[in-house]
Amino acid sequence: MRDVTNAQERIQMQYLISVIDDNAGLATDNEMEQIDGFNDRLRANGHWVYANGLAGPESATVIDNRGEEPVFTDGPFVESKEYLAGFWIIEAPDLDVALKLAAEGSKCCNRKVEVRPFA
Amino acid sequence: MMAVQQSITRAHHEEWARVVASLTRRFGDLDIAEDAAAEAFSVAVERWPVDGVPANPGAWLTTTANRRAIDRIRRESKREDKYREAQVLQTDDLPGPESVIDDDRLRLLFTCCHPALAMESRIALTLRMLGGLTMPEIARAFLVQESAMGQRITRAKAKIRAAGIPYRVPAAGDLPVRVAGVLSVLYLVFNEGYLATGPGTDPIRADLTAEAIRLNRLLHALMPGDGEVTGLLALMLLIEARRPARISAHGELVTLDEQDRKLWDRMLIAEGHQLVRERLASGVAPGRYQILAAINAVHTSAPTAEDTDWSQVVALYDQLVRLDPSPIVAMNRAIALGELDGPQVALAIIDRLGDRLSGYHAWHATRAELLHRLGRADAARAAYDRAMELAGNTAEVAALARRRDESGQW
Repeated sequence: MRDVTNAQERIQMQYLISVIDDNAGLATDNEMEQIDGFNDRLRANGHWVYANGLAGPESATVIDNRGEEPVFTDGPFVESKEYLAGFWIIEAPDLDVALKLAAEGSKCCNRKVEVRPFA
Repeated sequence: MMAVQQSITRAHHEEWARVVASLTRRFGDLDIAEDAAAEAFSVAVERWPVDGVPANPGAWLTTTANRRAIDRIRRESKREDKYREAQVLQTDDLPGPESVIDDDRLRLLFTCCHPALAMESRIALTLRMLGGLTMPEIARAFLVQESAMGQRITRAKAKIRAAGIPYRVPAAGDLPVRVAGVLSVLYLVFNEGYLATGPGTDPIRADLTAEAIRLNRLLHALMPGDGEVTGLLALMLLIEARRPARISAHGELVTLDEQDRKLWDRMLIAEGHQLVRERLASGVAPGRYQILAAINAVHTSAPTAEDTDWSQVVALYDQLVRLDPSPIVAMNRAIALGELDGPQVALAIIDRLGDRLSGYHAWHATRAELLHRLGRADAARAAYDRAMELAGNTAEVAALARRRDESGQW
């Protein structure tokens, strides 16, 4: 629980903003432009940690090396209509700030996003 | 002895939220705050009958709870860093920029009603942390297993901690949306009390309506200038005022037009009317709750149902439709319009809402009523049957059954 009245003592948390896609397609030029602008704002305001887009789920390989030999399986670890298309890692003092940034991110990349704190 | 009991009950009502809120601020943890507050009250139950009621019960409870919280933190070594953090919070206790409405209980309310929590969790947390209801009480109120309710609250507290849901009054720009979120929690609690669902409960749960009003009064005291906070309080008071007339001696729900208006609570009505006048005088465009309160003010101003100023009610619904284009508002507007222009006009509008409201018992009950007034007995009976199938409130089902039988004797 964070209290902004202690501005100097603000503890930054890190959040993962996952971009959820459901129609295999890369971002359009216009979306990329919006995303770049958003990334610039994240950097300027000290929220930026990292961000990137992912290639489609069909390019994924699952590896399980808990046994004697590593087992490689073609395809994503879970088959579903929705998949992770990219992500941001941001720093924010609390969830309210993170939600606000995530809402802006969703608008820019024109996709649903999920916010989750790092443990 | 009785006096001590009453003092403890009163202190619980008046001080619980304050104690939990101030401990939450100091220790930055809802779990610690809740447990320490509960312990302080059980110490009071033990000590006050022996030592007498302290001069300032609130201060006594806060001090006792603080001590318990520190004891617990010291016991649990893994909380060590939390303790240090708490010390920082305590010494760095500067008033925030929003100190106009800066109150620990208000912060707590915004935390408990945070939009990142599921609605059921918001309701349960609010009733526990601010209302001071026990887990069994909340579980009973919402007809869920005590263990399930306990889990829900535990999960919500864990999310608040892990996700960094803040303990503060939102910034001015976010305030209207966040206040609306708090009000919808309070309104849901009130409505569940006023028209309790489920075959096993009393048709009216006065404990829930009272709790919603109490929390709304607190919010109103903290934010007296907020029109919608005032509006919802007025709305609740004007609905609550009619509660004594709402269930007949036979356990049936009594509709507004058939209620014995002598049974209405005049004090609550006067207070509700005062709040509505206050909002009118402000000259600020009213929000949804203020308009609903004004509609209820018109109803509670009429000495008999026949005296109701329906054109005023319709005008207010016209205003409401512009803010809230939901089919339920459109339905209620049609009912009011029917009182002015006749059941045929109302029925035409109601029928057009069917594709969106046919799963809603009140839509069928309204149709039944209008069909009955138009002398279409068979169609009315079929509509009553459907309404009874869908209605969840026992007293409402009883009233619908009687109306259905009466319509057969047309």
